[in-house]
This record gives sequence, structure tokens and C-alpha cells, in this order.
Amino acid sequence: MLRLFRYLKPYAIPVAAVMAVVFFQCMSDLYLPTLMSDVVNKGITNGDIPFILQTGGLMLLVALGGSVCAVIASYLSSHSAMGMGALLRDDIFTHVSDFSLHEFDKIGTPSLVTRTTNDVTQVQMVVLLMMRMMVSAPIMMIGGIIMAVSKDPGLSWVIVAVIPLLTAVIVTVAVKGFPLFRAIQKKIDKINLVLREGLTGIRVIRAFNRVDDEKRRFEDANLDLMTVSIQVNRLFAVLIPIMMFVMNFTTIAIIWFGSKRVDRGTSNVGNMMAFLQYAMQILFSLLMASFMFIMLPRAQASAIRINEVLDTVPEITDPEEPRRPDEAKKGYVEFRNVSFSYHGAEVPALMDVSFSAKPGEVTAIIGSTGSGKSTLISLIPRFYDVDSGSILIDGVDVRDMAQDELRSRIGLVPQRAVLFSGSVEGNIGYGCDGACRDDVAEAAETAQATEFISEMKDGYDSEISQGGTNVSGGQKQRLSIARALVRKPEIYLFDDSFSALDFKTDARLRAALRVKIGDATVLIVGQRVATVMDADRIIVLDEGKIAGMGTHRELYRDCQVYKEIVASQLSEEEIA
Amino acid sequence: MSDTAARRGPAPGAPGGAPGGQRPMGRPGGGPGMMMGMSGPAEKPKDAKKTIGFLMTYFAPRRGKLTIVVVFAVLSTIFTIVGPKLMGHVTTKLYDGLISKYMAYFLHKPVPSMDFNYIGGTLLLLVGFYLLSTLFSYIQQYTMAGVSQGMVYDMRKDVNDKLARLPLKYFDSKTHGEIMSRVTNDIDNISTTLQQSLTQLITSVCTIVGVLVMMVTISPWLTLIALVTLPAALFATMNVTKLSQKSFGAQQKELGALNGHVEEMYTGHVIVKAFGREGESVRVFKDINARLFDAAWKAQFISGVIMPMMNFINNVGYVVICVVGGIMAARKALKLGDIQAFIQYSRQFTQPIAQTANIANVLQSTLASAERVMEVLEETEEIPEKADATTIEAPRGHVEFRHVRFGYKEDAILMQDMNIKVEPGQTIAIVGPTGAGKTTLVNLLMRFYEISGGTILVDGVDTREMRRGELRTLFGMVLQDTWLFNGSIRENIAYGREGATEVDIVAAAKAAHADHFIRALPEGYDTVLNEEASNISQGEKQLLTIARAILSDPAILILDEATSSVDTRTEVYIQKAMKELMRNRTSFVIAHRLSTIRDAESILVMKDGSIIEMGRHVELLAKGGFYADLYNSQFTGAYVDEQGV
Repeated sequence: MLRLFRYLKPYAIPVAAVMAVVFFQCMSDLYLPTLMSDVVNKGITNGDIPFILQTGGLMLLVALGGSVCAVIASYLSSHSAMGMGALLRDDIFTHVSDFSLHEFDKIGTPSLVTRTTNDVTQVQMVVLLMMRMMVSAPIMMIGGIIMAVSKDPGLSWVIVAVIPLLTAVIVTVAVKGFPLFRAIQKKIDKINLVLREGLTGIRVIRAFNRVDDEKRRFEDANLDLMTVSIQVNRLFAVLIPIMMFVMNFTTIAIIWFGSKRVDRGTSNVGNMMAFLQYAMQILFSLLMASFMFIMLPRAQASAIRINEVLDTVPEITDPEEPRRPDEAKKGYVEFRNVSFSYHGAEVPALMDVSFSAKPGEVTAIIGSTGSGKSTLISLIPRFYDVDSGSILIDGVDVRDMAQDELRSRIGLVPQRAVLFSGSVEGNIGYGCDGACRDDVAEAAETAQATEFISEMKDGYDSEISQGGTNVSGGQKQRLSIARALVRKPEIYLFDDSFSALDFKTDARLRAALRVKIGDATVLIVGQRVATVMDADRIIVLDEGKIAGMGTHRELYRDCQVYKEIVASQLSEEEIA
Repeated sequence: MSDTAARRGPAPGAPGGAPGGQRPMGRPGGGPGMMMGMSGPAEKPKDAKKTIGFLMTYFAPRRGKLTIVVVFAVLSTIFTIVGPKLMGHVTTKLYDGLISKYMAYFLHKPVPSMDFNYIGGTLLLLVGFYLLSTLFSYIQQYTMAGVSQGMVYDMRKDVNDKLARLPLKYFDSKTHGEIMSRVTNDIDNISTTLQQSLTQLITSVCTIVGVLVMMVTISPWLTLIALVTLPAALFATMNVTKLSQKSFGAQQKELGALNGHVEEMYTGHVIVKAFGREGESVRVFKDINARLFDAAWKAQFISGVIMPMMNFINNVGYVVICVVGGIMAARKALKLGDIQAFIQYSRQFTQPIAQTANIANVLQSTLASAERVMEVLEETEEIPEKADATTIEAPRGHVEFRHVRFGYKEDAILMQDMNIKVEPGQTIAIVGPTGAGKTTLVNLLMRFYEISGGTILVDGVDTREMRRGELRTLFGMVLQDTWLFNGSIRENIAYGREGATEVDIVAAAKAAHADHFIRALPEGYDTVLNEEASNISQGEKQLLTIARAILSDPAILILDEATSSVDTRTEVYIQKAMKELMRNRTSFVIAHRLSTIRDAESILVMKDGSIIEMGRHVELLAKGGFYADLYNSQFTGAYVDEQGV
């Protein structure tokens, strides 16, 4: 938490000003009861009406001053706390933009999202509250004590006796309440889980005629939640009235012992009334302070999570003096003895992979799940760095190139088609800055997307919702292919990108691609033998190693793994 | 942004940070309040009256307990309210005693002793009152905990039961998030309001009335003065609240935009990187962030102004009362203790008023929540089942579609007139492009949806004549979305049949070729699948669902062959297992594999919701129609075509 305070630095002056202003505000709050006791002691007792009026005027001024201070404090504190949050967010987001896939894997995308948004909000709210309360609570408390003691030192022991009592109640609330709150959260999660499973599995549940079982599961979770909720609320039903009683009892005690002192002449009525108010101020500040302590751990947890992000050093950075590949060489991909393993993995994902691809060639990669196909693809745009060996694009090691330079040569169509919210045109045009409509239209045509785009309400201007939920899987894939096409890159990487297409569209798309990108270098990851069998080169991956490389015929003759794959998918006559 | 959290306290269902309605004594000067967060713009219910009626159905059975809550809330408030007045008496007595002491001293008379009997008695009475108030407040909150949680328990149960009776059609039209939010967020919202705001409302109103009465009994004139500051306070809070709601709305909007952008960029980071658009994404982020900052500080500032403003108005009232009261006291028109009491009352006055204004907002959004829950409960349910439902004793697996007409929506009929006849034991392959209606066929067989014309017969019995559950046990499903739940592998397989024994389960797993991999897991059959079932592979999941189907031993099978993400070795197992399963059963297979298609007794070629071709593989190929086209493009490969190899 403390480390994040450096983001408050630009706001050092406002923050200092907040403290000063809050101090004055507290002083005004503290001064009012004293003035009132003057009204009682001097004004009322002596029947001095001008004095009462005069003091009243002063009180108004003091109250006004206090309120003005509070408004200024609110302005400055909201400005600096929110400003700090904004700076922090900017920093996190910019930092995360430099992350490689490895860092995304490590922290997890959803977690990164929460850290950039909710966690920052959490921290900035606490900073705001701290500025408003943390400063004022101690001042009010100490000020209250000083004033109370100055009014009547003999009564102070009442406060001394009450503070531990109240603290005990607060501590009980915290100690007993927190585990219960956590328990409630767990029960709610459980209910959500049961419910979500019930919704996603609704067909299965009904198909297996298990509706009643699901009801019972929900019932159990529901009952659990109710029991704990009642427990929490009953705990508070005990503690809150007790807290109130402690405070009320304090006033009674002050009056009782105060009267004795007044009787003895050691104090006067005005002072006793003022003392009463100061005592309440002290107890309320105590409450405030304890609420702060309840909020702090939550913010602390957020701060730790944020710092984790900020402390993560991106693994992949641009070289200091990037090399540019030879202009004459375009579309050459070469793997030289590449080995790679994911962090924390026991077995390498790729071992000693070597091959090269030239422009105009189609290289297909096939293998079972987990054999390293997608890994191989993701190494080319340098999403990860190899452990050993090297990958050369147009004769230059990818680690010696600027990432922008490298990636501008590549058109990637990932396994999971990701679209962004915005127009269809914007999504396809994402492939190259300011691509003109003609390029977009051409790419869409090749990707077999023209038909469904023209059927959409606004054609190319139709809005794609976040995550592309308003287009089908096949449409998403086609848009994602068009996006890569529009860049006119040297190298195309298709990572199992045709899976959601029906066969007719698939066939037409492949035919169009042949014509359009015939002179580029193409790497295709596939699951179906039919999609890879006529590539110039098929690489068969098995547990990260190349089990065979060659054409369909060669591999079918020589490669056992390939044969197995084929056997599982095609019938004898098609293989022949 | 937890603006709801700030409003509602630390956790759902828990009493909020601010102690209930009653405040002890005056709150001098007042530190920053706890309403710091303030709420965003409140939603409004569409039909408040009806919704209240709906809530009443939950209140009604708890009438007795609710009466206790109300009575004790009122009592507890009354006993608190009397406090300042009694204390005032003490102060007056003290003051008077003091004066007479002085007088006696000056007049050289015997000095009378202070009337400590009276003071002590009154204070003791006060202690008693406060104790009673504490006790009542405890009883009230204790009872309310049971009432409110019981109510939301019932509500959750009702919604869940209702969901079980709703047709699948309903679930198609709503996202899971939407439905979940009604069962959790909305009901939580109701629960919090019941627990906190409702009793707060009672005590607040009580306090307002009580305080007003007390003030009038002390001094009508001072009451008038106090009341003059009231409209000012109300006017000020209402305006600022409106303003702050607006600015919170703006903040919420920007926050939503920011969250959206972050989520999109982070989930799509591969694309952002691959296309070198990091700079652009950061630029957009900074733009939104700057706008958020602008909206956020304004919202926080305005909400931060409310407290000082209220305080100032309060303080003005306080000073005026002090002065006027002081003057009156100096003229002996008012007793000192009464001023003290009055000041305390006037302090207690604005708090509940502000609270009531806030509660009005809360109640509104609660009603909106309740309305959403009510909407779910009012949805049209599935057609009720016949009382004298037919049962099929020994199912053979004969299936017939007669002139079936169906559409997911009334105005978009998908199937015009479907006729199929399947003999027991036959395998029917269903092929066709995506969206052709293959799953629709399955949905109708299982009676997940009601057909709008014609009949579907199983073993000669109209499926509408049977109980749904009964009908569905005739079928076994191995679907693409291999649904497994968060439980052990044993439980997941056992789901296929109620009361399955360990032996049955293992036998089914063995038949599905799943036994081997299950035993290879560290916990074997006790391995608990995590929430996304990501601790086993896609193919292994499918094997489990096959085992489940084997265990349920259905007469008719529905299989989806999609195996796109399964590795080849597992694939071989799956094929074997499926073959095993299909033996001697009527099977509907959404086919992707040529071998299945060729071996099928009949192929249904579907397009745009209807069966356009039907027959065996060879016949259909010879026909040279849509199927022949499909077959050629799918199984011979596009490139081959292109190059004419």
C-alpha cells in the first residue's frame, strides 16, 4: 500500500493542503462546544444577552469556516485520490501492454483485468477515505481529549474507562464478524456455482431426469446461506445495541459524576455540558478509526495485487539496436533446433524442431492435442522466446528484430477468433492502419464473408458487440481471416482457423485463398487430415518432437504417427 | 466501483457499517459521515403496486414476527427518545440546586444540599430506559434476521423451482448472466434492504415523530426555529443528491467503458500484439481514463460536499437554538436543562430525515429488483403433464415423426412437415451444414421444445402422452457440450442412473474405455473435477459422458460426433466406445465421420430446418444432390479439388 503512495506525489501540495484544511475543520468542530459552554456559563448565568448574541455570531462564523474547510477538503481530496487512481491505472495498463504472453499466462487474464480496474478503484477509494477520515479521526480524538480534560480533568477517567470497553465491542465485531462474512461469500459462491451448472447443463439435467437432485443441491446451498446469514445478522443484533448502550451509559455516567463535581464546586454546568459533547466526539472518532481499520486490509490486498503486476518485468523486449532484414528476402521462415518449454512445465513443449519454409509454400502442422502445434505457431511472432536454437525470419533472428517490424510481416489467424467491439469494417481494418474500404471489401470477399456482411443491417458499418457475441463462430473466423488478409503480409499463420466453418464454405474459402495468397508463405495448423493432406510439406508433431516431415504420400508410407492419425479419420479408400 | 457496496455495508445480508437508526445523544459538529459513497441513480420499478403486492405474499406468512419487529422497533426508539429530556431535567435540577446554593450562600441562609436523590433516581430511570431500549432493539434485530433471511430463502427457492419448470425456450432468450443476476444480485439486494433499510425506516420515522413531540413539549417557539432550518436542509440535500446521482451516473458510464476496453484488450492481447496495435490501445485507454478521472473526482467531490453542507445547516440551527434558547433562559423563560435537551433533539432530527430520503432511493431500487424476480416467477411454464400419463414398459426404440411442424418462434417456422420412421436398433446419421437444424431434431425428440403441429411417437406412443422425465430416461445423450459438474468422477458417471452401485460405475467406465485413464489420475474415481473441468482433457470428458450414457442404458441414443479438439489416440477410444454403446440401440448420430455415415441405415440430410434428402450413402451419392456436394467438399479436401489432383 505504502509503495503506491508514490502515485500521490504529483498531488503532494493538495494532499498537504487537505491535511491542513481538515485540521482547521476539526478545530472548528472542537471549538463549538466550548463556545456553547461560554454561552451557558457567562451568558445564561449572568443574563448577559449581548454576550450570548456575540458568542452566537462567533459560533456561526466558526461553523461556516468549518464547513468551508470541509468543502475545500472534499474538493482537494477527491481530486488527488481520483488523480492518483488515474495515474496508477495508466501505468498498469501501459505496463501490461508490454507483457508477453508468458506474463499473461502467469497472472491470468481475468485477474489482470480485475487488477487494472477493481483493485485500483478499491485503493483510490481508501486513499480518499483516509484523507477524509484518517486525518480527522486522530485530530478529533486527541483534540477532543485535550478539550475534555481542559474542561474538567476530574471527569476524564470516565472516558478512560469507556474507551477500552468500546474497543472491546469493536474488536469482537471484527473478530467474530469477519470469518462469518467470508463464510457468507463462500456460500454465495456455492449457490452461484450450483445455479450456473444448472443453467449450462440444463439439457443434460432434464435429459437424465435429475431435476429433483439439482433442486436438492440448490436447497442445501440455499439453506446453508440462510443459516450463516442469520448468524451474522444475529451477531450484529447483539453487538450494535450493546455499542449504543455503552455510549448512552457514558453520558449518564458523565452527568452523574459531573453533578457531584458541580455540587462540590469543582466544576460548572457549562463545562459539564461541553464535556459531554467532547466525550461523544471522542467515541465517534474511535468508531470512525475502527471502520478505517476494517477497510484497510481489503485495500492492502488490492495494493499487493497491483504491485505484483507492476513488479512483473516483461520477458520479451526489443533489442537495443534492432536489425532490419534484407529487403530482397521476403517470407522466409526458418526454425533451427528450436526447443521451448513453458515456465514451470516439466516437459518441454517443443524439442529440437528444425524446418524452413519459403514463399509460395504451404506448410501444414498436424498432431494430437498437446503435441505443440499452437506453441510452434506462437513462437514465430515472438509471443514467447525460445529456450535454445533460433527462429529466423527473412534471415534475421526474431530476437534481433523490433517486435513491430517482425509482426508487421505476419498475418495471424488464431485458434480462437477474437473480435473487438466496433464496426465490421473497423474489425477487418484492424489489420492495417487506415485500410481503405476497397482493401477491406477485397479481404472480406476472399474470406467468404461478403455474403453475411451484406445481410447484416448496416453492412460494413454494422456493430460487432464485445467479444463478437452477435456473430456466429463461423462468421467470427471468417472476419478474423479477413483481418489477416487485409495486411497483405509475407507470412500467414492459420492456427486451426477453419474449424467452425461448414464444409462448403471451407472449400470455397480455401480455393479463394489459393489464388490470393499463393505467393506468400503459409503455415497451417490442422486437426483434420483432409485439410492438410495436400500441403507442400506436412510436419507431424508428437509430444513436442517432429515425428515426420514430408508430403502426405511420403508420410503415409514412412511415419507411424501420421498413419495412426489418418487411420482414425479417413477410410481406406480415401487414403489410397 | 463499489458504490452499491458503499451504500449497503460490508457484505450482502449484513447490517451496514452505520449503527441503526438510533443515535445516542447529540452529535456535536459531526465528523465526516458514513454515507461517503452515496448511491448511483436509483432504478425505478415499472409497476410498483404489483411488485409490492408480490412482496406482500412473502410478508404474509411472517405477519406475527413482523409485528414483533415493528412493535419493538417503535418501543426501542421511544425509550431512546425520552433520554435527552430526562437528562435535561437532571441538568435543570443541578443548575437550580446550584443557584439556590449560591442564593443561600449570598443570603447567609443555611446552604441546602443538592437533590441527589432526584438526580440519582432520574439517572437510574434513564439507565433502565436505555437497557430496555437495548433489549428491544436486540429483539427487533434478532427477529428481523430470521424474517428477512427466511424470506429471501423462500424467494431463492421459488425462483429455482420455477426455473426447473420453465421451458428451454426461456433459457434461449436470456443469457446465463441475466438469470443468475436475478437469483443472486437482485435477491441479495432485497435481503439487505429487508435487514437494514426496513427497520431503519421504522426507527427513522419514529424518531422524527418522537423528537418532534419532545421538542414541542419543551418549547414550541424553539421548535419553530428548528423546523425553519429543516426545509433548507431538505432542499439542499435533495438537490445535491440529484446532482451527485447524475455525476455518479457519468462516472459509472466511464467506468463501464474503461472496464470494457481493458477486458477487450487483455482478452484479445494476442491480436493486439500480432497486429502491433499496443500503442493505439494505450492511447484509447488514456483517453477513457482521463474522462473517468474527470467524472470520478466530480462525483466524489459532490458527494463529499453533502456532509459539510448538512453539517453547516445543522450548525446554523444549533447556534440559533443556543442563542435564542440562551436568551430565553437568561430571561428565565426556559430552563437550562431544556435547552440542553432541545439541542440534543435538534441534532437527532436531521439525521433520520436524511436517512429517510436515502431509504426512499434504496426502496425504489429494491422494488426494481423485486420486480425482476417477480418477472421470472410469472413466466409461462411448460405445458403441465397429463395425470394419466402413459408409460412404456419395455422400450424397443421405435421412433416416428408424423407431419411435425416446428419453429423456435411462432413467426419463423423451421420445420414445415417432417416425416421420419426409425425401426428399433437402426442408426440414423444426421448431416448438414451448421444451423441446418440438427440439434433441433434432438430437442424435439427429448421434448425440450413443444412442436406446433403433428406428432412424435416413441414405440407408438405420442410423446405428449408421457411424463417428460419418463420420456427422457428412454434416451441417452452424448452431446458436444459434454456437461460435467463440480464433483467426483464417480458422481459424474453415477449421474446416469439413480442408485447405481460401484460395480455398475466401474463396469460402465470400462465399457467406455475410461477406466484406464481414471485410474491413472492421482485420486482415481474420487478425482474432483474443477469448475471448468479443466483438469482432464476434452477427450477424456467425452469418455466420461459416454460412460454415463452406458450406465443409464437407454433404448435410444443421441450422439454428437464432433471431435475437433480431441487428439487421435483418445479419438480411437471414443470411436470404439461409441460403437459399443450403439450396438442394438436406436441411435441418432450427428455425424462427422465418414464411417458412421456410410454404415448408417439412413442418412438425414438437413438444410434450413428441413430434411432435403434421405437414404443410404450409396443411394444419395448416386443421386448427385446436396449430399453428394457435401460429401465431395468435405471428405476429399478442397485443395485436391482445386488442383485437380
